[in-house]
Amino acid sequence: MTSGPDKRDPLSVLDRPNSYIGKIVPRPNLDRLMQGRGLYVSDIELPRMAHVVFLRSPYAHAKIVGIDASAAKRIPGVVAVVTGPELAAVITPWVGVLSHLKGLKSAPQSAIAIDRVCWQGEAVAAVVASSRAAAEDAAEHVLVEYQELDVVTDMSTALDPATPVIHASLGDNLAFERNHNAGTVDAAFAGSDEVVEAEFVFGRHTGVTLEPRSVVADWNAAEARLTIYQGTQAPHMVQNIAALHLGLREAQVRVVCKDVGGSFGIKVHIYADEMATYALSKLLRRPVKFVADRVESFNTDIHARDHRCKGKIGVQRDGTITAFEIDDLTGIGPYSMYPRTSAIEANQVVNLVGGPYVTRNYRARARVVFQNKNVMCQYRAVGHPIACSVTEGLVDLAAMKIGMDPVEIRRRNLIADDAYPCTSPSGLRFEQLSHHAALAKLVKMMNYDALRAEQAALRTRNIHRGIGIASFIEVTNPSAAFYGVGGAKISSQDGVAVRLDAQGSVICQTSITEQGQGSESLTAQIVGSVLGVSMDRVRVILGDTDNTPYGGGTWASRGAGIGGEAALQAAKVLRKNILDVAAAILQSTSGELDIVNNIVVNAGDGVPRIELNELARVVYFRPDTLPPGIQPELMATRHFVPREYPFAFTNGVQASWLEVDTDTGFVKLLKHWVVEDCGTIINPQLVDEQIRGGVVQGLGAALFEKCIYDERGQLTNANMADYLVPMSGEMPDIDIGHVVSPTMETELGAKGAGEAGTAGAAAAVTNAVNDALRPFGAIITEIPLTPQLILTALGKI
Amino acid sequence: MTAPISISLDVNGERVDAFVLPRLNLADFLREHLKLTGTHVGCEHGVCGACTVRVNGEIVRSCLILAVQAHDASVETIEGLSDSGEITDLQAAFRDRNALQCGFCTPGMLMAAQDLLKQTSTPDREQIREHLSGNYCRCTGYQAIVDAIESTARARAGRTA
Repeated sequence: MTSGPDKRDPLSVLDRPNSYIGKIVPRPNLDRLMQGRGLYVSDIELPRMAHVVFLRSPYAHAKIVGIDASAAKRIPGVVAVVTGPELAAVITPWVGVLSHLKGLKSAPQSAIAIDRVCWQGEAVAAVVASSRAAAEDAAEHVLVEYQELDVVTDMSTALDPATPVIHASLGDNLAFERNHNAGTVDAAFAGSDEVVEAEFVFGRHTGVTLEPRSVVADWNAAEARLTIYQGTQAPHMVQNIAALHLGLREAQVRVVCKDVGGSFGIKVHIYADEMATYALSKLLRRPVKFVADRVESFNTDIHARDHRCKGKIGVQRDGTITAFEIDDLTGIGPYSMYPRTSAIEANQVVNLVGGPYVTRNYRARARVVFQNKNVMCQYRAVGHPIACSVTEGLVDLAAMKIGMDPVEIRRRNLIADDAYPCTSPSGLRFEQLSHHAALAKLVKMMNYDALRAEQAALRTRNIHRGIGIASFIEVTNPSAAFYGVGGAKISSQDGVAVRLDAQGSVICQTSITEQGQGSESLTAQIVGSVLGVSMDRVRVILGDTDNTPYGGGTWASRGAGIGGEAALQAAKVLRKNILDVAAAILQSTSGELDIVNNIVVNAGDGVPRIELNELARVVYFRPDTLPPGIQPELMATRHFVPREYPFAFTNGVQASWLEVDTDTGFVKLLKHWVVEDCGTIINPQLVDEQIRGGVVQGLGAALFEKCIYDERGQLTNANMADYLVPMSGEMPDIDIGHVVSPTMETELGAKGAGEAGTAGAAAAVTNAVNDALRPFGAIITEIPLTPQLILTALGKI
Repeated sequence: MTAPISISLDVNGERVDAFVLPRLNLADFLREHLKLTGTHVGCEHGVCGACTVRVNGEIVRSCLILAVQAHDASVETIEGLSDSGEITDLQAAFRDRNALQCGFCTPGMLMAAQDLLKQTSTPDREQIREHLSGNYCRCTGYQAIVDAIESTARARAGRTA
């Protein structure tokens, strides 16, 4: 699309002949995971380690009248039974607010509940024992007397005067409200040929990481130091928060993150039970391990997406969209999550609705309310699936109203590819997007016209297939605008240190983390490419606050764009340092030399001059033979943070082709297509697999996933048999294409890709189902699209 | 029924004798007693497939059988299949196709895949998807896994043809 060679170094990694950039190379260290030699937190055992099990409230809202742990403490193997007030002696409570989310309020939350529980699953006591089984046995003997309180479960009545207020000190159940008004919305609707309204309903669902959340906390009293082994996406954030609430300096806390069994945003937060585990280790002066079981995971891993959003769109008969309006309501449980808060998703919805389109008229209200359900917070593609489903649902409804093809209405309204840079009605700044190129590519990939013909032919045989299209934008590479400006100690910059070892191999320490996306691989690819070193000689160290530069970690599609640029810049410095030394040894100049395949060569004719292992030998063991005044620096560190744009927006479009069985209500996904633009692609295979995995998470939301609560606030399907997730049998093959618009803010040009799949998948499926049901006049604006929902819409049940 | 019981079994070709509580499941026995941590515990109720191992040649959910039930049995875990070289080609196909991300499901996935390939020499994609339908993967979306198994099947068929 719009590469910018003018701004790029002629020796850019993108141009070098042996570059790994843009190539499919296998990720390093996969054998470890495939041979069962990984090290997940649940695998870690330490000397004197005890196991904690949390006794959790069976009630959604209740006063804790008393806890009698005397019988439990007598059970063999029990080390301690600790209640909230007892643990409060070593850890302070927290409030999940950020100053840039104006008006956001929440109540103090404790590691273990004190006096009152506010959701089913909140911990009321910790039982620590020599084994998890012993702790579970003992937990059954802890007697807790509860006095049930009125529960607030329905978010649509949470703000009614008759509804009890969960936290009296806050005055009401409203956590956050944002209003936005751009352009002339009322006039636009008044002047529209058609105005369409709908209410969109999104099921509350959760991440279901295959490895449950796990922590081993090891307080070494003799060193006055806490080591936390945790599968987290943000080790330095965990370090900061643990230190803050345990009364330690950050230097007294080390966070180690080895292999992580899935994260998806679930492991970017800090949970009360994790805080309690850190505190228990300090209190008991020994290592303590917590591994959530699956029921606990469903009851305490953050939930997401529980939104009801009223939407309105105005359209002219020629297809011009005149305005968007939304009124979004979401329930976040009893506390705003810490430290990222639970207002971000609603805030994102306001930011993103209408984002791909030209119209300047946009009004939005979002309200975030408290309720007695599990906490809700950021999960992969935060807010994007809501915004995309509302926007794309409205666009399809508008197209249907005026009798226009869904592709055509998008062609007429998507922001032109040559209109950038520009700003959205919600104030987002777009550097360079490619909606039209992406849509054109998608239409070609899916053979749209042929598919429409096939659909029509099948309809005559009473087979009902549908095509759904969804354009989207995605927030990636967040700057300090996301959290830092609100006062959270969550770094938006990342650092990479690169050094040449004594045998000419390279060690990189990076502050981004690996949860399977390929952070390790992309770092090695970039560093190897810049240095001219083969990837098998590059080792990447990550996930250890003692042994990496300070940085944010891997979340919000930031690893490649931010951590990758830091790696590129650090490697450039090291490369220059290596060539300076080589020039001194070879009595040449660094400009006349290059590094190719681990050898310093003549830049002009490629003739080998000195191998890197020989150069390293001289530098480390025979520096006496170097010319006077030369002090080699074979280690370099660079940090990077985006400054020009608060976020590097990406864009894309998805399409779904599916069949609805109108007798059973079952949906069969036949095919799915994605075209997206994440700028420079470092490893096409890794990008595509991120997108596929993300799509399937979105498909889960579209068809299956929902945390079903009853009116008393009880989660009724907290297990993997009843909470349905996508399995291999139901998932389609997914074709992926790319448009490439690199960001000019970095030399690398990479934007994020981790959330693109999840952003648009549910919208594409919902639009496809409605397309399939068109002959029946049925419209569904709710997910998951269960057979019951579909049969109800068809009037069959 | 709460006193430890003596069991003897074969694990990855080695004889193991142990005293175990009757309630101990096979997954926990492998992980906690034998330190074979390649067998993963994802749900502890037989749904996710991460704990899949082979017992007397059949794949089972090791969280759903008790260690005492494995008395006299031959148990094979991902460590055993890796060290014997039985699935080296399958693992290479997974690596080349990036058929794993976080890797937590992978040992169970490889177990299930090898089971299919032993039963059916060239399964089609539908059969592969069906055979894996008891193994949950949250990262990949399954397509890369299906691709890797399909290519392994073809390569094996080519070798024996």
